[in-house]
Amino acid sequence: MRPYAAPYLAGIGLGCVLIACFVLTGQGLGASGAFAEAASAVAPVANPWFEAYRNDGPPQTAWIVWEVAGIVLGGAISAWLAGRFRFQVARGPSLAVTPRLFAALIGGAVMGLGAVLARGCTSGQALSGGALLSTSSWVFMLAAFAGGFAAAPLVRRLWS
Amino acid sequence: MSELLTALAIGAAFGFALERAGLGDPNKLSGQFYLRDFTVFKVMMTAIVTAMLGLFWLGRLGVVPLGALYVPETFLLPQAVGGLIFGAGFVLCGLCPGTSCVAAASGRIDGLAVVIGLFAGIVAAGVAFPLYAEFYNATPLGVLTLPRLTGLPYGAAVAAITLMALAAFAIIDRFARER
Repeated sequence: MRPYAAPYLAGIGLGCVLIACFVLTGQGLGASGAFAEAASAVAPVANPWFEAYRNDGPPQTAWIVWEVAGIVLGGAISAWLAGRFRFQVARGPSLAVTPRLFAALIGGAVMGLGAVLARGCTSGQALSGGALLSTSSWVFMLAAFAGGFAAAPLVRRLWS
Repeated sequence: MSELLTALAIGAAFGFALERAGLGDPNKLSGQFYLRDFTVFKVMMTAIVTAMLGLFWLGRLGVVPLGALYVPETFLLPQAVGGLIFGAGFVLCGLCPGTSCVAAASGRIDGLAVVIGLFAGIVAAGVAFPLYAEFYNATPLGVLTLPRLTGLPYGAAVAAITLMALAAFAIIDRFARER
């Protein structure tokens, strides 16, 4: 199992991927948008939020869905090449499997609501908008770190 | 079709970079919020500064028309509240949407659970949308960049953020005891 790359080096690599994305496509990277595309395809409800995604056409032709499929592919290739691919339930040192999976489900759902309200997540809003100095992105980033630091002491048991 | 293959390739490079950085590991990500691992901040800030400088100079040299690039619109209040909620969810599950895909792709079952929870949360938030539609569209400021907000020239804002990031890196590397 090889060690992870140095953070600054990985960050420069990630920044270059982001530049390439903007140059090739005119837009930045994303992640939560693909979940929104998929949600709009299965939810048996019509409202303006779902319709905005449905107007893009079906998820299998949405740019962001393919991009997120790529994230899975690239993540798997990198982990496999580095000998880091392993079936496991990653969790804090004193946490059992069941509460970890429960916290993962709940935390994921909470994050989903946050991403809907913020119109994006750490990829589309923070990274991509942040690089173009969008106020939305920097407000989101500050708020997300504030929310994380505020919640961290309450869930310390999960991670220590 | 080629557009979608480009998306797949860019996504693969994105996922590769995230995994290389160790950002598929929820212990690493959550460690940021207990100040014992600064990988999240370092990788994110370095990526933003790299892309910010790269795009600034590509624009300045006339290679990329910056005005044509997609900038998200600002809705101050819902984005601030959304960010707070997002951050709380982040520390609860230890991953963010992109990194949950990387975690799942590297064999982490908990990453798959985050992916499922995230999807369920977005479906629920979408279904409940009429309940908070007014708040969702509150405080609209349009496409608002920090240079426009502050009145600083673009280059000055880029320089200021670069210097602040470098100062933050120096402070972290000097004082933070990473475990």
